[in-house]
Amino acid sequence: MTTPSLDTNLCGIKMSNPTVLPSGFLGTSKSLLKRVADSGVGAATIKSVSFEAREGHKNPTVIPFEGGMLNAVGYSNPGAEETAREFSNLKDVPIPVIASIIGTEPDDFVRVVDKLSANEFSAIELPLSCPHTPGFGLLAGQGTPESTGKIVAAVRNASKLPIFVKLSPNIPEIGNLAKAAENAGADAITAVNTLGPGMIINIEARKPILSYKVGGVSGQALRPVATRCVYDIYEAVKIPIIGTGGISTGRHAIEMIMAGATAIGVGTAIYERGIDVFRKICQEMETWMSENSYNSIHEMIGVAHE
Amino acid sequence: MSEFASFDQPVMMKIDKIIDESNGTKSFMFKYKLDYDPGQFIMVWLPGVDEKPFAVSYLGDGFFGITVLERGKFTKLLHQMGPGDRIGIRGPFGHGYSFPDSVKNGKGSVCVIGGGCGMASVTVLIEKLQNNNPTILMGAATSRSLFFKNRYKNLTLFTDDGSEGIKGYPTDVLEDLHNKHEYDIIYTCGPEIMMSKVFEFCKKHDIQFEASLERYMKCGIGVCGQCVCDGQMVCKDGPVFDLQALSNMNDFGKYSLLKSGKRVSLQEYADWRSC
Repeated sequence: MTTPSLDTNLCGIKMSNPTVLPSGFLGTSKSLLKRVADSGVGAATIKSVSFEAREGHKNPTVIPFEGGMLNAVGYSNPGAEETAREFSNLKDVPIPVIASIIGTEPDDFVRVVDKLSANEFSAIELPLSCPHTPGFGLLAGQGTPESTGKIVAAVRNASKLPIFVKLSPNIPEIGNLAKAAENAGADAITAVNTLGPGMIINIEARKPILSYKVGGVSGQALRPVATRCVYDIYEAVKIPIIGTGGISTGRHAIEMIMAGATAIGVGTAIYERGIDVFRKICQEMETWMSENSYNSIHEMIGVAHE
Repeated sequence: MSEFASFDQPVMMKIDKIIDESNGTKSFMFKYKLDYDPGQFIMVWLPGVDEKPFAVSYLGDGFFGITVLERGKFTKLLHQMGPGDRIGIRGPFGHGYSFPDSVKNGKGSVCVIGGGCGMASVTVLIEKLQNNNPTILMGAATSRSLFFKNRYKNLTLFTDDGSEGIKGYPTDVLEDLHNKHEYDIIYTCGPEIMMSKVFEFCKKHDIQFEASLERYMKCGIGVCGQCVCDGQMVCKDGPVFDLQALSNMNDFGKYSLLKSGKRVSLQEYADWRSC
């Protein structure tokens, strides 16, 4: 029996397997991208970059709970110029690297795209969906078809790279939003960003634990919502989907692919299973595919819709 | 007092007592069992203020303590607290000092070097190495920034300005001490410039070496990437690294990340941390 192939083609980007490091996890330096590549990831996203440097929210910014994790890091990043320097010579990193770009107005995104234009990124991701940072994502009203369309169109004019648009699970008609992104020129949809915001209160301190009080929910608690979002988006658009939200095993990954994902994001599971989680998930996928007579990822995409 | 010994989320713990360690340094003691290996750290949360990593500097059966130098807003607020007040603790996190076979069961020759606030990170280690009768060297900028100077009998003090102990740095006497004691391992925690000098010394003389690094941390659990040092997460893979790991870390002794993630020289980082 032949070993099933995990090769994935995500709008022309060739990956050795469908796992993707989502933005905000470990993507602060080129050295860490090499480390996750060594840990078996198929592609990696850098920590979201704005034009100017940002310190983000105060600690605590990340807190685990029994259903996953709550975070409000607040988009700390060293700014576009410094990011361009850190991620120069990306050929040193043996996997495709995705630049996550944030801004408030369409022009802000374009200014960052221009600064990073000499870097060898494989794609641009626009997270128009952060639930906990004033001036960005949902708190800047970017989660509407109109706003999403404007930002995607502006970035489309500024770059030839594939554009991924990362959506919020909070949007009831998520298929319509994905459609707006596709119509404006997006090449893929990343679904989903964190849910919420949520809150965890320490009852002895009588205060929310996160300094920003609220934060995005990721991990197990998010997974059924993420799977449903990917299912809805698959029905609404033709472009591929990177399914992200609570995936920590090979079975979860295959479930997301069957809902319609071409690639799958793995973030919070790094906490639960260590940085080798990518390799573990791939091995589990291979085993399951062998046992169930699947030879390729492609054969499984969207089969839950049949 | 508690059936748990490590905590994913902050647990509000009552300060049992406070020890004045002199020179603006206080130790805060808690009556809790903590499963702590020397070199690990805990995150200390002041609700509504901030959260910062600290080493455990006292550890016993059913109690532990941290030692805090009053430096910025956070430590000032902590210093204003009294017995009975509660602060949040999560952890312990990370990977502590290791004990190679050469130093197990009291055999083997050991040196421990603490610089400034780094002394707090090596106290529990020193106590675990009691049977090895380790050489203990402690350095600080000036006599006013020394603490724990009476905690150990066989302690050699150094100050940069000569205001107490030997004028100079612990690294000045390493060659002589090593000729005499033939160290199997040297452990250190302190300013990274000092630690990188000890690292070079150990590399040259083929001595085992472990150092505890300090980087600005956010999550503390190995997911955010803020504390990266050349592909290693200081909060999860460290904070203690051995000679081999450090040999592959080009940022060691040179660079660190500011809160924004900007990579700067250790000097610029230290200037930001001290304000």
